[in-house]
Amino acid sequence: MSTDIDRQWTSRLRRSVVAKLPPDKLLPDTQPAYVASWIYVFGVTTMAALGVVIATGCILALDGPQWWHSSSLGHFVNSLHLWSVEIFFFAMVIHLWGKFAMAAWRGGRSLTWVTGAITFMVSILTAFTGYVSQTNFDSQWIATQAKDGINSTGGGAFFNVLNLGQMLMWHIVLLPIGAVLLTVLHVVMVRVKGVVPPIVETVELSA
Amino acid sequence: MRKKAYRPDVDVPEWKGRYVPYDIIKEGTIALVVVAILTVALAVVFSSPDEKAITIKTWSNADPIDFAKTAVSELDGTSGVAHYGAPYNHGGPAQGLGFLSPEKWVGVRIAINTATDFVLNPLEAQPTQPALHAALTQWASASSTTQSSWTSAYASADAKMTFTGDHVNVPTHAAGPVPVLINDLTMMARSGALDQALVTQNGFYTTNYTKPLLFLSDGTYLAGLANKQHLGGDQWGMMNETGSWPGQAWLWLYTFWYQVSPYNSSKSGDFMVFGTMMVLTALLVAVPFIPGLRSVPRRIKIYRLIWREHYRESED
Amino acid sequence: MAQGWGLGALINLNHYGHYLQWHVFSISVANLLVIIVMIATFVAALVAPFPGRRNRKGPQ
Repeated sequence: MSTDIDRQWTSRLRRSVVAKLPPDKLLPDTQPAYVASWIYVFGVTTMAALGVVIATGCILALDGPQWWHSSSLGHFVNSLHLWSVEIFFFAMVIHLWGKFAMAAWRGGRSLTWVTGAITFMVSILTAFTGYVSQTNFDSQWIATQAKDGINSTGGGAFFNVLNLGQMLMWHIVLLPIGAVLLTVLHVVMVRVKGVVPPIVETVELSA
Repeated sequence: MRKKAYRPDVDVPEWKGRYVPYDIIKEGTIALVVVAILTVALAVVFSSPDEKAITIKTWSNADPIDFAKTAVSELDGTSGVAHYGAPYNHGGPAQGLGFLSPEKWVGVRIAINTATDFVLNPLEAQPTQPALHAALTQWASASSTTQSSWTSAYASADAKMTFTGDHVNVPTHAAGPVPVLINDLTMMARSGALDQALVTQNGFYTTNYTKPLLFLSDGTYLAGLANKQHLGGDQWGMMNETGSWPGQAWLWLYTFWYQVSPYNSSKSGDFMVFGTMMVLTALLVAVPFIPGLRSVPRRIKIYRLIWREHYRESED
Repeated sequence: MAQGWGLGALINLNHYGHYLQWHVFSISVANLLVIIVMIATFVAALVAPFPGRRNRKGPQ
């Protein structure tokens, strides 16, 4: 018997979420036996690095954008932020190579690949806005150079790399939100579909 | 009902094999701890770069002649920014390819008039000085023809410019008020007052450094420092960092195009590089949908190495 | 140059970098090392034996 409660938007949403992503898929305790290579650790390493990037960025945010120039502790936190970013891209690129080598888009996983590739692009843009928000010589030079590339697309009129306030807001609010949402989407897709099975050249169709 | 043919680069047979224990939370925790330790280690060992920002004060004290010559080019409209075009002004041709010219379509959105924004407005903000006041009045009341005859007289003599006794000297008498304007702006710059005047045009509070950065970028001082650090556009600078730190190595392909023809010689080089990278990015994003490209992993066979246990087992 | 070294830099990288040049290619030693380590890590991840996958003939 279909009740009013069954037809509620809330109930429908819950049913469809639970059907698509039951708890044992979201937090699995087993994996198919073919998941047996070190190459699989680079996705989770990328996420761990993202966590460290965000945590160190939050510490840098506590005392404002210029703190790290005058405080040795601030400089150290800046170093943590920089190196976690280097690890983040390091792991992300190896993850990309690995997933390409596995043709990990097979079996209805093409959108997982697409969200991953877009996350890579958004991450590059996030890092770039960080570089131009450093308030030092590096940011002066990068901003005055990058303006030409962005202006040539018409984008410079709306995304002004010489405007520190605008770049800092993109770096610490808008782009991190985008990067995190995309990452969540990417991981949820991986959990829904599971880890891609090995490549099989041909299958024998049972008659 | 006829089944669609199996496509090895798109389809997978359903997994009917074994499952093994796997602790996703433990894996995530270990990854976080390892990355955190590695980050701390790298930060302790290598620290991070922080080359101090330069100011217009540092520039004009380090190289007053470069500053003064740049100031003249801002006043007479021959500087890079004065000739830039969109989004700053109507001074130059927009980049584009054929009918594609988004820079032109967008038009002037961040209006910059180099003479008034970089030279005249800051000078007018100075406390009243009779000579400067007279020079500004003389400039403002002259026709544009007279103004350009003054600036060209000054500019044609500025190869012989010297800076002695805290004064910019140019051997010409035909330049009207220009020597006073340029000398006073240089003095203003050397005192640090121009740095302030360029940002406070936006009001008391500011987070926008468009004007001082554009002014700095017109001189040769900033670029000279950057080139010493291998940061120039034609030095693969986009992926380099000040000092000996690693930079944004992930930009290697973006910066590569700036080193080769026709990108490095075309007036629309920036637009062409951007266009090329957008096409390549679209290809990366769309790999799963592109026949041929999506078969590459199957052909290069690295997957045989990744899943070697599985293939060994299934071939047993 | 940078101020505030209180907590950092066992190895001082705060000097002009070394660059390698080959035709149009130019790369800093620091970036080259990062890329070499990245490729080495990728290869190592492919060939290194993964632990905890004994029991190959176990039940399905």
